[in-house]
Amino acid sequence: MSAIPQTTLPPAAAARDGVAAHTARPRRVRRLSGRDRLVLGLMVGVPTLIQAVLVWIPTLLSIALSFTRWNGLDLSGIRWAGLSNYSYAFKEYPPFWPAVAHNVIWLVFLALIATPIGLLLAVLLDQRIRGTRIYQSVFFTPVMLSLVMVGIIWQLVYARDEGLVNNLLGTAGTPGAVDWFGDSDVNLWAALVATTWRHAGYVMVLYLAGLKGVDPSLREAAALDGANGRQTFFQVVFPAMRPINIVIVVITIIEALRAFDIVYLINKGTNGLELLSVLVIQNLVGVGTVIGVGSALAVILLAISVGPIVYYLVRTFRRTD
Amino acid sequence: MTATATAAPARGAGRPHYGTHLFLIVMAVMWLIPLLWTLYAALRPKAVTDKYGYWSLHGPINLDNFTNAWTQGGMATYFGNTLTITVPSVLLTLLLASMMAFAVSRFTWKFNLTLLVLFTAGNMLPPQVLAAPLFEMFKHTPLPYSISSSGTLLDTYYAVIAVEVAFQMGFCTFVLSNYMKALPGGLTEAAQVDGASVWQQYSRIIMPLTRPALAALGTLEVVWLYNDYFWPLLFIHSGDRLPITTGITNLQGQFLLDYNMIAAGATITVIPTLVVYLALQRHFVAGLTLGASKG
Repeated sequence: MSAIPQTTLPPAAAARDGVAAHTARPRRVRRLSGRDRLVLGLMVGVPTLIQAVLVWIPTLLSIALSFTRWNGLDLSGIRWAGLSNYSYAFKEYPPFWPAVAHNVIWLVFLALIATPIGLLLAVLLDQRIRGTRIYQSVFFTPVMLSLVMVGIIWQLVYARDEGLVNNLLGTAGTPGAVDWFGDSDVNLWAALVATTWRHAGYVMVLYLAGLKGVDPSLREAAALDGANGRQTFFQVVFPAMRPINIVIVVITIIEALRAFDIVYLINKGTNGLELLSVLVIQNLVGVGTVIGVGSALAVILLAISVGPIVYYLVRTFRRTD
Repeated sequence: MTATATAAPARGAGRPHYGTHLFLIVMAVMWLIPLLWTLYAALRPKAVTDKYGYWSLHGPINLDNFTNAWTQGGMATYFGNTLTITVPSVLLTLLLASMMAFAVSRFTWKFNLTLLVLFTAGNMLPPQVLAAPLFEMFKHTPLPYSISSSGTLLDTYYAVIAVEVAFQMGFCTFVLSNYMKALPGGLTEAAQVDGASVWQQYSRIIMPLTRPALAALGTLEVVWLYNDYFWPLLFIHSGDRLPITTGITNLQGQFLLDYNMIAAGATITVIPTLVVYLALQRHFVAGLTLGASKG
C-alpha cells in the first residue's frame, strides 16, 4: 500500500481551525534550558539519522552506483562506467521500452478508468441513499488487502480451466480458453482490472472525505441559480475539491510508478508484464547481478517520480510559512 | 460517513434513486464476486471440484482445506513472523514520528520545515529506488553469527524492521505534525511557565491529546505492514522467516494447482485484515483521510 500524505480536510481538524488561528504560535528554541535542548535534539536527531541512513543516503548511492559497473561482491570491485549503463538501458536492454510503455498504460488506465470509477462511486454514495454504509464497505474491502492478495484472488478468478471468467464465458476446459494472466496479449489488462478493483475503493474513500469538506452553501447557491445536478457537480463541487483532486492525481501517478507486487506475483514481471520497478529488481537479484544497470533503471524511476513529488510538496508546504 | 446527512439536508431527500441503486447493486456484486469465488473454492474438497468442475453447486462443503493449508503450509510460522516484524515496526514508527512531529510543530528552528519536507518526500519514493543500496549496505554489514545466521544484516528481522520504520516514519511525521500544529499553543506555553520540561510537555500534554491521530495511524500502519510484500521479499531469504504476505506466495508453489488449498490459504490470510476492518474501520478510514487542515 502506498503511503501518500493526504491533505483532505477531516471534520475535526476543520472545526479546530478557528481556534488554531490565534493560538498555535510555535516557540523559539533559543529560550530553552540546556537539558531541554538536549532532549529536543535527540527527538529530532534520532529520526533524522534513521531517515538519512536508510532513505536519503541510499537514494544518493543509487545515483552514484548507476555510473558504475559492479557485481555486488567486493567493494573494491566497483569500476567507473560513465553513462554506459544508461545507454545500455536505452539502446540495448530489450525489456526497457516495453516496461516504459507498460508503466504509461498503467498510469493512463488508472487515470481514465480506475480513478473516475472511484469518483463516480463517491458522488453516488455521498447522496442520501439507503444502504450507503453497506455499499461503502463493499467497495472499500479490497483496499484492505495487499496487492499480493489481490493478485492471488484474481488468479483464481482468471485461471484457465478452473477460473470464474472462463466458466462464465463457457470456454473453460476448451482449447479456446484464455489464460488471462499468462497470455502476454491480455495479461497487462487483466492485471489492471484487478488493480482497479482495489484502486477505485481507495479513490472513493478519499473523495467521500473531500465531498464532505465542500461548503454546502455552494450547492445551495448553485441550485438557486438554476443549475442542475450535473452542472452543480462539474462547475461548483468538483472545482471546490481542488486540494483533494491534486492528492488524487499525485496518488495515481505514484501508484502507477510503484506498481510492483501484483506483476511480480503473477510471473515476476516478465512476458508482457514488464514494469520499470520490476526491471530494477531483476537486475539486482538472481543470476548475473548487474548493480549498475539496476541502479540506472532505479534512477530513471526516481527521475520520473521527482516531478509529481515536488509538485505535491510545493502545493502542500507553500502556504505553511 | 455519518456527516453526510447533516452536511446536506436538502440533497436527495425523499427522492427514490432506482437507477442509482441498480447501478450500485451491480457494481457491489461485481466487487464481491472475486471474494465469494475464492471463499467458495476454499470450502469445497478438491475431489468434488475435480469431478464436477469449479462452476457447479455440488456439495459437500467443509473446512478441510483450511486446516490442511494451515498445517501443511506452515501458516502459523508465517503469522508469527508477521507479528515479530509488525509490532516493533509500528510502535517504533509511531514513537519516533511523534517525537519528530512534536519538535517540528511546537518549536521553530532553522531547518524544521526543510526536514519535514524531506521526511514527507522520502516516503513517496518508489521503494525500488532504494533497493540496491540498502541491499548492498546490509550485505556488507557484518553481524556475529550468534545474532544472524547469514553473518550480515541480510535475512534478519532487524533489516526489515529498520527499513519499514524509516519508510513509514515520513508519512506519520507529516500527519502527526499537522495534527499537533492544530492543538492550541497556549497548552504547552502554560506548562512551560509552570516549569514543565520539554519531555513532560511531549509525554504529558501533547501525546495524550494526539491519541485519536495515533489510533488512526496505528490501525493504518498495522494493515500496511501486514500487507507489505516488497521489503521482506528483498531482505529475507530463508523461507521459514518470511511474513505471511510474502510467504503466501510460497504456498502457491507448494500447493501447485491445488486451487482449493490456495483459495483456503488466501482466505486465511485475508481474515486478519477483515477483522481489523470490521472492528476499526472508523480508525482506518480516518487514518487514510487524516492529514493537514491547510489543504
